[in-house]
Amino acid sequence: MEQFLQQLASGLANGAIYACVALALVMIYVSTDHLNFAQGEMAMFSTYISWQLMTWGLSFWVAFILAVAFSFVLGVLIERVILRPLHNAPVLSVVVVFIGLLAICNSVAGAIWSYLIKEYPSPFPKSSFGIAGVIGPHQLGVVLVTLIVLTLLFAFFRFTPLGLAMRAAAQNPQMARLVGVRVDWMLALGWGLAAAVGAVAGIMVAHIVYLDPNMMGGILLYAFASALVGGIGNPGGAVVGGFIVGVLENMVAYAGNQIEKATGVYIIGNGEKLTVALIIVIFVLTVKPAGLFGRVIVKRV
Amino acid sequence: MPSLLEVKGLKAYYGQTQALYDVGFDLADGGITTLLGANGAGKTTTLRAICNMVRTDGLIRYGGKDLKGMATEEIVRLRIAHVPEGRGTFTTLTVDENLRIAAYTNRDKTVVAAERERVFGYFPRLKERVQQQAGTLSGGEQQMLAIARALMLKPRLMLLDEPSFGLAPLIVVEIFKILRRINEEEKVSILLVEQNAALALDLATHAYVLETGRVVMSGPSAVVKNDENVRKSYLGY
Repeated sequence: MEQFLQQLASGLANGAIYACVALALVMIYVSTDHLNFAQGEMAMFSTYISWQLMTWGLSFWVAFILAVAFSFVLGVLIERVILRPLHNAPVLSVVVVFIGLLAICNSVAGAIWSYLIKEYPSPFPKSSFGIAGVIGPHQLGVVLVTLIVLTLLFAFFRFTPLGLAMRAAAQNPQMARLVGVRVDWMLALGWGLAAAVGAVAGIMVAHIVYLDPNMMGGILLYAFASALVGGIGNPGGAVVGGFIVGVLENMVAYAGNQIEKATGVYIIGNGEKLTVALIIVIFVLTVKPAGLFGRVIVKRV
Repeated sequence: MPSLLEVKGLKAYYGQTQALYDVGFDLADGGITTLLGANGAGKTTTLRAICNMVRTDGLIRYGGKDLKGMATEEIVRLRIAHVPEGRGTFTTLTVDENLRIAAYTNRDKTVVAAERERVFGYFPRLKERVQQQAGTLSGGEQQMLAIARALMLKPRLMLLDEPSFGLAPLIVVEIFKILRRINEEEKVSILLVEQNAALALDLATHAYVLETGRVVMSGPSAVVKNDENVRKSYLGY
């Protein structure tokens, strides 16, 4: 039982990370119809920034806030400078640019900070955080921080005029212009927010996966899976999808361990987590192609 | 009366295809002018050209200001409200959000609330549906919402693209009554594009007839109404 709860807790902690990155992907997807392959590497870069700030003597949370703010600005700049000229470009050109961004982030991070794996601290005190035997301090902290960030973000989109304008711009850009919304800026703002949410995920996960330029590769895959499971056009769905995928992969490993314990036959374990999770994702998409919470969109051509 | 909108030698292009060749008209401040014409004559394109939603050439002057090269959203902020063809609403947003979005630059909540009440005065039906998703409204209600949202922009000029499109005759009559009230009470000038020429000529004081991207006839509505060609082609008697 205790092992089950531990697995569940660690699944939720991982799921929180996937949820953040998935949400970042979906935020850009709903307004541009593009999947940003560089989302993970941008988050990794921000995580290095926070690490650098900490080695210069800043405290974790100051570094956290500065790095997230930096990511926001970087996201806005990338949209304004790199993607703005591509607003009417064919899909493939944009894909190439995303892959280029991915490679640039990765190699610049490697050049500045080297490819050596670094330890990354956890800000959550061992003494007062976590529940012994069930959930560790860092896992609990990750879940709390991401929930706070996600709540703030949803409140922003739901209750502020600017959030409303961003939703309108994403839903129907041309109509949004006709009510005076500066759609191009809304896109840039969306990029900034997505980059900031991604940075939160990167900084939270770095203690678990260690800091290195390739740390987000696997996580981006899980985030894609989460977004697809939840419905790629649905931000709430992406978050739920993140938690589902996170818990699912751990449950699969847990079930495998239990079977091995009971029968002595090894079927699946930690090594096959990703495979099984992706198989389940494919299964979900076969049965419900629009994702669990997505709607089928019929496009008139 | 001074003209609020002055269009001269307007040309417009969709890619390589030219849609307007020579469109010119005047709209008096506080007046209602209608553009008539068959499908494909360039009525919608003319409205889109005013808001710089297509590539254009020629003169568009609004309140003495040349609109050339301005972005659509900046033109709208000069208090030109464009109600596009068909269901011009954000379908996944609520009625309330659809209205508030038009006032999103206004930070003063009480002003926005007062604006909303004023708009509900014209469209009491929307008030009953204020928390409903726009996509679930009937066609007539969606058209009302689109006009109501345009009103939230406190326009001096309203561009209306076929407000009668696909609606039941009774609803159309209701909407046109409201448009007349808006024109009189809010001093909003209206440029109306309509397939329903009889209705449009009743509402408007001036009419321009478009054919394949050119103005072929114009004058006060009463005159245009009695023109034999217009009667045969657009009024059907």
